[in-house]
Amino acid sequence: MLQQLFSFKGGVKPQTRKAPSVQSPIGQVPMPLRLYVPLHQSLGGAPNPLVQAGEQVLKGQVIGAADGWMSAAVHAPTSGTVLAVEQHVAAHPSGLPTLSVVIEPDGREQWIARTPLDHRSLAPERVRELLRDAGVVGLGGAVFPSHAKLTAARTVPVEHLVINGAECEPFMTCDDLLMRERAEEIVRGAAIFRDLLAARRVLIGIEDNKPEAVAAMQLAVRRLGEDHEVVAVPTRYPAGGAKQLIRVLTGKEVPASKRSTELGVQCFNVATAYTAYRALAHGEPVISRIVTLTGNVEQPRNWEVLLGTPMRDVVALGKPKADTSRYLMGGPMMGFEIGDLAAPVVKATNCIIAGSPNLFPPNPPEMPCIRCGACADVCPHELQPFELYWFARARNFGKTQEYHIFDCIECGCCSYVCPSHIPLVQYFRFAKSEIWSREKEKQAADAAKARFELRNARAEREQAEKAERLAKAAAARTSEKKVAPAQAETVTSAALPAAEAAPATDAEAVRKAKIAAAMERARAQRAAVLPRNTEQLTAEQKQEIAAIEARRLALLTSAAQPAGSPPEALTIPEHPTE
Amino acid sequence: MITTLAIMALGAVVLGAALGYASIRFKVEGDPLVEKIEAILPQTQCGQCGYPGCKPYAAAISAGEAEINLCPPGGIDGVRKLADLLGREVKPLEAEEKPKQVAFIDEQTCIGCTLCIQACPVDAIVGAAKQMHTIVEPLCTGCELCVKPCPVECIFMQPIAENIDNWKWKYPVIEIKRAA
Repeated sequence: MLQQLFSFKGGVKPQTRKAPSVQSPIGQVPMPLRLYVPLHQSLGGAPNPLVQAGEQVLKGQVIGAADGWMSAAVHAPTSGTVLAVEQHVAAHPSGLPTLSVVIEPDGREQWIARTPLDHRSLAPERVRELLRDAGVVGLGGAVFPSHAKLTAARTVPVEHLVINGAECEPFMTCDDLLMRERAEEIVRGAAIFRDLLAARRVLIGIEDNKPEAVAAMQLAVRRLGEDHEVVAVPTRYPAGGAKQLIRVLTGKEVPASKRSTELGVQCFNVATAYTAYRALAHGEPVISRIVTLTGNVEQPRNWEVLLGTPMRDVVALGKPKADTSRYLMGGPMMGFEIGDLAAPVVKATNCIIAGSPNLFPPNPPEMPCIRCGACADVCPHELQPFELYWFARARNFGKTQEYHIFDCIECGCCSYVCPSHIPLVQYFRFAKSEIWSREKEKQAADAAKARFELRNARAEREQAEKAERLAKAAAARTSEKKVAPAQAETVTSAALPAAEAAPATDAEAVRKAKIAAAMERARAQRAAVLPRNTEQLTAEQKQEIAAIEARRLALLTSAAQPAGSPPEALTIPEHPTE
Repeated sequence: MITTLAIMALGAVVLGAALGYASIRFKVEGDPLVEKIEAILPQTQCGQCGYPGCKPYAAAISAGEAEINLCPPGGIDGVRKLADLLGREVKPLEAEEKPKQVAFIDEQTCIGCTLCIQACPVDAIVGAAKQMHTIVEPLCTGCELCVKPCPVECIFMQPIAENIDNWKWKYPVIEIKRAA
């Protein structure tokens, strides 16, 4: 049972400050007056609203359907009335509004029909679909749709399933409390993931500063008779980064260009495993999450919060101290400042920290980079932050990409150790979003160019056609003029149309043959095309495809049998012209 | 002496044949420099540079007939990139740099004359004769070519507002001293 541990390069050891918020058990936040549920809470496509103002919704009812495969549904956190589907300030660093469903709770907490399911009796595709429709996403903070991570690479079997309970960010304790109080559900959720991925071993990694959580998880594993291994990993930020934890537990280093499944590893957060289990075994979609409220408050604690609850309501429960000046969502290392506490709690909200000038002293002014290399020493991805900084600052984005800026996980270690107090991560975020937006602009420009060229080609063609028409009309007019004075020669004028008609039918026949040949080519091309993107399809979709194919085959054969007679009927009009 | 001449002549023939073959085999269609310049231009096809589109302007730059600072939609960034590519000096833009914008048709006033549709270089306007027209916003490049032809002046330009999808992290600004 002894697990050999590995270590990742770099990392820092900030004060953890986790103790204050683990004193009390997880509390239940009272029902707020209004819930503002943003529709876009996960990575991928933005769900489309399924409800309108004035509609009654039940607890757990889908209010936003997943938009395509790479998306996750959004649900009503409680029963009540939809007041509006409107723009509301988002829990986002920009503080800009996003489309949200405003729900007034009726206090009855009336659930939708919940059907407990056993994942082992269902096809894996069906389970993935259920998870998507239950809105299960990575609750560690990245909110990546979980079902999309539950497909093993075709060539590499999954050796290790890593369940991430490291929770390396200072202040944050939501996963810790979840593991202490709801360990069995996490273990069962991990078993679901293991079955879906056919993983050989399940490793639950927990930082060794959470002995209670380790003990609770070990107990739960034993009690359920599972063979998951609960491993305490050394406390070092960012041990909870997916790639870092995989490295520590399995010794495998995931290269930048590859996904971890290609190395036979997949990683999920403990809270994700918990919600997956609730979604399948209880039919409860993701409508709440555990949020740590800590920092400069009288009563730091973890709360189970309905998604869409305004942060103001949550913060009030902790009684912020008088000198509280700002609030952070997420940890102090990777989080961002919330400008407006009207922003709702979303799936990504793992922690709300009240900050004061005492707790987080304002950053001293940025000094010049002295190229000491401290940032490169602590970078867990072995980047050279000082070089990246140099280029990002000079807006030399091509160079930042050469120095692999997109491998940066924005963990903040470099900013933390910088003796010149340079906000390095801010520079990297700036560079990344600038590169993304340029990429988008470039694509738009290319599309505009293609449209412009098409338009020019069309204009040219139309002009040529018009010129041809005009020329024909002119020719007709001149021939009329010629014919008019010589009306006596009726014989020749009568012969003219007949003479013209003969080559016309010839040309017609050639054209028809050409059309027939082109149609034949098109048919051959269609037949040669193989359908792609079919591996992610659901069982239902596959059945539907099979039914359509069968219908098409029946049509083809019925069309082929009486092929002898109809073509003749079609050719009849041609004969009289001869 | 004759052998030497023969060897030289043979060499000339062989090398000439190789070069001749290469010039046919590896012939480059079009001017690669024009394409590179065009890739930098923003493809608004607005004609603000005085040329009837981005490609003619690119050709003019490549031929050394045009300055590199005539493209307002490309902005000073575009000028810098062109300067980098061509080894010319960065010059300030001829015209004022505007924020990105899209055209908007006031549909109440539109009389359906199709003049703007004919003016739009990138097919971003839909509508038919005597039917209301409208701009397909994601396709609009903000070239302003549709504004002038409108007989009822119902088209105006709107700057693209910042929203959660196009929001960008800002360049870090350090407060040297907090205002009191």
